Amino acid sequence: MRRLVTDTLVIAERNLIRLPRAPDLLLAFTVQPIMFVLLFRYVFGGAINTDGIPYVEFLIPGIIVQNIAFGGFVTAIGLNEDVHKGLVDRFRSLPMARPAVLAGRTLADVATNALSLTILLVTGVIIGFSFHTSLGQAAAGVVLLLLFGYGFSWFFALVGLLVNSTESANSVGFIAVFPLTFISSAFVPPSSMPAVLRAFANVNPFTIVVNAMRSLWIGTPAGNYVWGAFAWSLVIVVVFAPLAVARYRRAAGR
Amino acid sequence: MSMSGDNRDRAIVVRGVRKRFGDVRALDGVDLEVAHGTVLGLLGPNGAGKTTLVRILATLLHADGGSASVVGLDVRRQAGELRRRIGLAGQYAAVDENLTGLENLRMVGQLYGFSRRRATTRGGELLERFELLDAGNRPVKTYSGGMRRRLDLAAALVAKPPVLFLDEPTSGLDPRSRLSLWEVIGQLVGEGATVLLTTQYLDEADRLADTIAVIDHGRVIAEGTSDELKDRVGGERLEVRLDDGASAESAAAALAPMSDEPPTLEDGLIKLSVRQRRGTIVEAVRRLSEAGVGVDDLALRRPTLDDVFLSLTGHAAEPEELGAGDTEEREAVAR
Repeated sequence: MRRLVTDTLVIAERNLIRLPRAPDLLLAFTVQPIMFVLLFRYVFGGAINTDGIPYVEFLIPGIIVQNIAFGGFVTAIGLNEDVHKGLVDRFRSLPMARPAVLAGRTLADVATNALSLTILLVTGVIIGFSFHTSLGQAAAGVVLLLLFGYGFSWFFALVGLLVNSTESANSVGFIAVFPLTFISSAFVPPSSMPAVLRAFANVNPFTIVVNAMRSLWIGTPAGNYVWGAFAWSLVIVVVFAPLAVARYRRAAGR
Repeated sequence: MSMSGDNRDRAIVVRGVRKRFGDVRALDGVDLEVAHGTVLGLLGPNGAGKTTLVRILATLLHADGGSASVVGLDVRRQAGELRRRIGLAGQYAAVDENLTGLENLRMVGQLYGFSRRRATTRGGELLERFELLDAGNRPVKTYSGGMRRRLDLAAALVAKPPVLFLDEPTSGLDPRSRLSLWEVIGQLVGEGATVLLTTQYLDEADRLADTIAVIDHGRVIAEGTSDELKDRVGGERLEVRLDDGASAESAAAALAPMSDEPPTLEDGLIKLSVRQRRGTIVEAVRRLSEAGVGVDDLALRRPTLDDVFLSLTGHAAEPEELGAGDTEEREAVAR
């Protein structure tokens, strides 16, 4: 167990050291989300009716949830690269704790998610977003986001181990997750959608997490959203972490 | 399999190991032994099963049948214990391109359970030894191919393992980098390491290996020292390069009585194996001049491992660039 912790930290450190040296990934964390915030705020924002809430306040929690979900992308791509470049072979030949390769990756994602969260929040505040809740609620929102992102990192770890190339890791993740984030309350109120989509959006975990974030940051009614969002995040971790570790072990034991 | 007493001087024992990927029999009953402190060269073309065997011995892959042990530890049942005692360096140079040389070595050291300080010290020692000290704080993506291989080998040596697996350590390297890597491997062996080396290069096996096992289609088809293998092919080789415009047919016909096998002709070079060394050149010159064939050059040499490979397998051991066989093998593994 002690080895699992120390090995996980060593791998997490490795993934954080290398990040600033991979400029394309760094752009994905910084410039790209800012661009999307500005596009939605200023291009679509004027046309979207959000029931009396200014669009910038509606948008920021939603777009941050989407970004955090995609933060695990680095794990899918990085893990896939590690498999193909032989680095995973090196790790498997070492007397290290096996799950540490994955646990270290996903832990590093928490740090990068915190970075992209900060960047988006600062951008949001500059263009007019403000908190309408207590410091405790705002902080609980940050914790929820990081936990939710952690769950998705495990999902992406599994994707990275299952697919054959970084290109397919990219497209599988994109095709699986992108529509989910749009057919939710992240960018528009589901009430504006056709009946079928609305029904889906209302049960979509993204809607639950986004609504929880709005309640924790701008004070919309909490309903069951907050505890529901924490429950969903935990379920995602509990389902995908063992699947990813099992997949890693199986690949190792062939 | 339990390790009985007579295996005690063997660092690596492989018995009847089999592995298939779908319909492909990558290993079809391999038996091998490597004595402590010696180098076994596993020689074979792409797709012969070399990499698969290394992966099984390095605990990365489970065999379908047979048994294998390294330093007395079963590769499957005692894999965890075994990983402390082996080092692996592969043809794909498994180092992180975005880390520096020192960061790579420190990470590997820490994953062996070293403290950060000890891992850093050990990393520094290895960088110095592999002449990477100046590049130690640069990301690996700025390294040349030869530097990456040296770093990869250094990473395999972090825990000073008694057994090393080197999977095509010099494939794709320029001749100078190969020579410098050969020197390093030679030193390691001098320090008592047991090495299993796979290679497609006959000169590499000739230079580094104490014993050579020739592997083809998942089977060991010959084993012995370089000299023993050459003796199996037998005889000396006579090579004759003809003058431009000289008739190769007349030359071959003139030389044919000197050998048990018909001479071969490629690129204007006639080769034949001869029964004895003494008098051969004189006789060849006499026969060729009687036949009126102009000779540009004429030499007698010992058979090379190329000749051995050709005579054992019926095909030449020409290294292909990224041959299809190993790629398939790797993909089957990655799936």
